[in-house]
Amino acid sequence: MVETALVDWSRLQFAMTAGYHWLFVPLTLGLAVIMAIMETVYVVTGDEFWKKTAKFWMKLFGINFAVGIATGIILEFEFGTNFSNYSWFVGDIFGAPLAIEGILAFFMEATFFAVMFFGWGKVSKRFHLAATWLTGIGAAISAIWILVANSWMQHPVGMEFNPDTVRHEMVDFWALVLNPVAISKFFHSVFSGWMTGAVFAIGVSCWYLLKKREMRFALASIRVAAIVGIVGTFAVMFSGDSSAVHVAEYQPMKLAAAEGLENGGQRAPFSIVPGLEVPGVLSVLATHDINGFVPGINNLLDGYTTPNGEVMPSAEQKIERGKRAIAAFGEYRALSGSDPAGAAEARKVLDENIDYFGYGYIDSPQELVPPVGLVYWAFRIMVGLGGALLLLMCVVLWAVYKKRLASMSWLQWAALLSIPLVYIAGQAGWIVAECGRQPWVIEGLLPVKAAVSSVSVAAVQTTFFVFVAIFTLFLVIELRILTNAIKKGPEIE
Amino acid sequence: MKRTIIAIYNFYIEGFKNMTWGRQLWWVILLKVIILFLVLRAFFFRPVLAGKSEQQKIEHISNELINRK
Repeated sequence: MVETALVDWSRLQFAMTAGYHWLFVPLTLGLAVIMAIMETVYVVTGDEFWKKTAKFWMKLFGINFAVGIATGIILEFEFGTNFSNYSWFVGDIFGAPLAIEGILAFFMEATFFAVMFFGWGKVSKRFHLAATWLTGIGAAISAIWILVANSWMQHPVGMEFNPDTVRHEMVDFWALVLNPVAISKFFHSVFSGWMTGAVFAIGVSCWYLLKKREMRFALASIRVAAIVGIVGTFAVMFSGDSSAVHVAEYQPMKLAAAEGLENGGQRAPFSIVPGLEVPGVLSVLATHDINGFVPGINNLLDGYTTPNGEVMPSAEQKIERGKRAIAAFGEYRALSGSDPAGAAEARKVLDENIDYFGYGYIDSPQELVPPVGLVYWAFRIMVGLGGALLLLMCVVLWAVYKKRLASMSWLQWAALLSIPLVYIAGQAGWIVAECGRQPWVIEGLLPVKAAVSSVSVAAVQTTFFVFVAIFTLFLVIELRILTNAIKKGPEIE
Repeated sequence: MKRTIIAIYNFYIEGFKNMTWGRQLWWVILLKVIILFLVLRAFFFRPVLAGKSEQQKIEHISNELINRK
């Protein structure tokens, strides 16, 4: 039996690495748009002020990019070492998007990134502007492939399991790429990056206002960043809405956990905080129909019948079918060389039950319930902070247009102190997405306890603490370089 | 073609030579790559399936998946 500690440490290590990686990615995505807009204004107006403004944000973009670069590679190390069962089992499904991402990222970034930083005065204004936009677009394209891979784990499509190679093989590339979960996740993640970049740029600019320096630069930057941030936040809300519908359809347990919904039904209530509910709102969010049926945790464990008569199996029934699938897989492997008829029969049973394969590793139905408290509160932190930041950006933009921001030090402080909040909101979002799908690595097909390698707990613990030390070191280096660059300022006025 | 390649090469070389604040970032990247690949990859993260043939990998994973409790 695999040790619980091994599963927990492997899970914790991956979560920590992914969380660290996501500190850098959203700022890259968001600042890319902000600096590209600023450079566009420069090219259109010919005003050198905008060139210097764009160059300053490019500098912060470059620092963030340099320190964040390759942090994602550690995740791939972890796949090979800590999650070898998973890595093999997913086959090319996971490898293909990641390979495309690696190649695209390398060529787009090596080309356009270099033109953006080295090309001032050497290439035409318009070519330089194109390179700046393409740097941002390249970062977003990289995100597509990572999110396609992640979304496949949330809602596996476009593949078939081959028991001879023990791998899932891609049979429909476009089903994988056009996975509805991937589409909403892509927009949700990229636009949350716009929010991060905007809140960061507004906060840094407000620091200059508090210091009574670089006033024109700060106010101009805030104007651009606030518009990007507000547009981004509304896009996050729309993509979050479609994401909720997909979660309700493909990962109902995640939705039930995020709502702390024990017993579902029609006109399901949305919980604002424990004890304060709004009737029917969860049904609207999950199904776009106030009378929509939303199953709760107990419904999903016990089995239920939907209002249109569809009978959904209980956890026990799924576990039984999962065990049948694993047994048939073992039988197929044992007979495939010696007894073709027996192997064919086993293969038939396996194919009939493959959708429940992962349930065969589950010992009790309660294992299928993710950590409800964590997911419930993470969701509220994400939504609550998102709403608060939207309000802040609207107030800041209003104050800029009314020419009052320079005298509103409380608002400048609020904007400055909001920088960590946008990161907390982003991390909370990923906690909802990833902790909410536990115990699964691949929904329904492979739980974490079957995905981890048979390595020692001590090895995983050691690397966990090595990572914490290294990541902390790099974070300190980044913050130091970043704060020095900010203190030095854009050197405009 | 040759002139284009030379121009691109010179573009990168001049860019690197004229770096100011970017220089310390390259040191950070270099340090990170060394730590990642020469320390972590070499000593801490050896892929479990490394060194096995295709068939051995299949046997290993199928045994893991069949016998995992």
